[in-house]
Amino acid sequence: MTERWPELSFEDLIGTTRFDIHERAHITVDDEICADCSTRGCVVACPANLFVPTSDGGILFNYEQCFECGTCYLVCNEEGAITWTYPEGGHGVVFKRT
Amino acid sequence: MVGSNPTSVDAIVVGAGPAGAAAATVLARKGHSVILLERGSFPGSKNMYGGVVYPRILDQLHPQWWDEAPIQRWITRRSTMVLTDTQALTVDFRSASWGRPPYNGATAFRPDWDHWLASKAEADGAQLVCSTTATGLLRDERGQVIGVTTDRPDGELHARVVIACDGVNSFLAKEAGLYGDVDAANYTVGVKETIALPKEVIDERFGVRDREGVDIEILGGTSGVNGGGFVYTNLDTLAVGVVLKLPKLAAQQQRPEEIIANLKAHPGIAPLVEGGEVKEYSAHVIPEAGLSMMPKMTGDGMLVAGDAAAMCLAAGIWLEGVNFAMASGMYAGEAAAEALTADDTSAVGLVGYERRLNDTFVLRDHRKLRRAPSLVLSDRVQHLYPHMIANTVERMFRVDNPTPKPGLRRILNEERKRAGVKLKDLAGDALDGLRSFG
Repeated sequence: MTERWPELSFEDLIGTTRFDIHERAHITVDDEICADCSTRGCVVACPANLFVPTSDGGILFNYEQCFECGTCYLVCNEEGAITWTYPEGGHGVVFKRT
Repeated sequence: MVGSNPTSVDAIVVGAGPAGAAAATVLARKGHSVILLERGSFPGSKNMYGGVVYPRILDQLHPQWWDEAPIQRWITRRSTMVLTDTQALTVDFRSASWGRPPYNGATAFRPDWDHWLASKAEADGAQLVCSTTATGLLRDERGQVIGVTTDRPDGELHARVVIACDGVNSFLAKEAGLYGDVDAANYTVGVKETIALPKEVIDERFGVRDREGVDIEILGGTSGVNGGGFVYTNLDTLAVGVVLKLPKLAAQQQRPEEIIANLKAHPGIAPLVEGGEVKEYSAHVIPEAGLSMMPKMTGDGMLVAGDAAAMCLAAGIWLEGVNFAMASGMYAGEAAAEALTADDTSAVGLVGYERRLNDTFVLRDHRKLRRAPSLVLSDRVQHLYPHMIANTVERMFRVDNPTPKPGLRRILNEERKRAGVKLKDLAGDALDGLRSFG
């Protein structure tokens, strides 16, 4: 396969999406459970790349640029590691009208 | 009870997507008080899909809908592609009649479409309340649903019936116990880039003009992850993306945006999409497994419709969802109105909903195609057949002089073996396909 034009960096790619961020995190992650998780499906599957493994074996996550799609909790196979609710009404991702 | 005088209406519809807007429209027209609750700042702001809607069900609700619906292009050309790393086989169909009323499919942006459909509900008398998340169900002492809690101060809303149109994650249907175990294998994630190109460039590359549009569905091209790809033409943007089966995606190393990048770089796709500017990156989970994953649709005081009831039809050559959402919402609205008039909104009183689903395309299509989702996403269809088919066609059209032509049957047999497909499995899948699609 050949690249015909440069791909955007992930930061630039997700920078095209609008988010109205609320101060309350609508996702919480239980570090202790994640530290023992060997599969870590969330890291590769989250389309917003919100879950990043750290060098000390933990998982760093942020909730700000979240599509609210639910992929992370669906692929998570460790009971209770990811707690997921919708953000406060009027906040979170805003897909664009034309 | 929070607050001394909680709001009370006949019906609360949670979620102002296509299902919710249709339900609210029907209820409001029959004179019932209805609140249409939306957690986004406007209807559609949380919603994305690949990009094609089949709106004919709106003939009943909004005759002449095509005069005002916010569509991008009418689909007049449908292509189905089978990709390997270096090959592409395309079956291409055009129909001029799909470019004229009553049309067939159209590309549209969900923030435009859902906003429009909800505004129709409002015009019919539904009360649209945005920026408000339903956080749970209210029940009476017998367990009948009597309203919802929201994240607003004093945010209890009471109603005689609640219609959950709260999307694929439907926390309300799960709270009501209408879902069994949730299995990630029943879900895919759709990920898409909206890429701007001048309208003339799109017209030229895709061989269309005016409001004509193209729908390309792709088997293969998902970097070895079970799923599919798509390219759709909007007016002056393209929708390019992939749909990926969640457990397969989670069990490998490539991220969704990398899989889209691979698809965009494919020699069969790159000339169509290159050079454009990404305007938006988006993602949404899809209930992919059809009938086998559907929840109970009815509870005491409650109905479930749209994605919340897993009504997407992901049957390979048919990829639909918004039409099922609009129809199920409409039927939920009719059944709820019936129950309200008869003053019985228990599950027994709401029985008209499932009767309507069963009698119409909503569940008839899903019953007929119940085997299709698992067949389409199976490892053989996803990983072996594209090679077998593309290599067969390549050898069929390759002129290998001085070697004489081998004959189609021999090529197919050799390529079947080379792809590692057992005759028994191929026959079984063919039969399965006939039973599913026939």
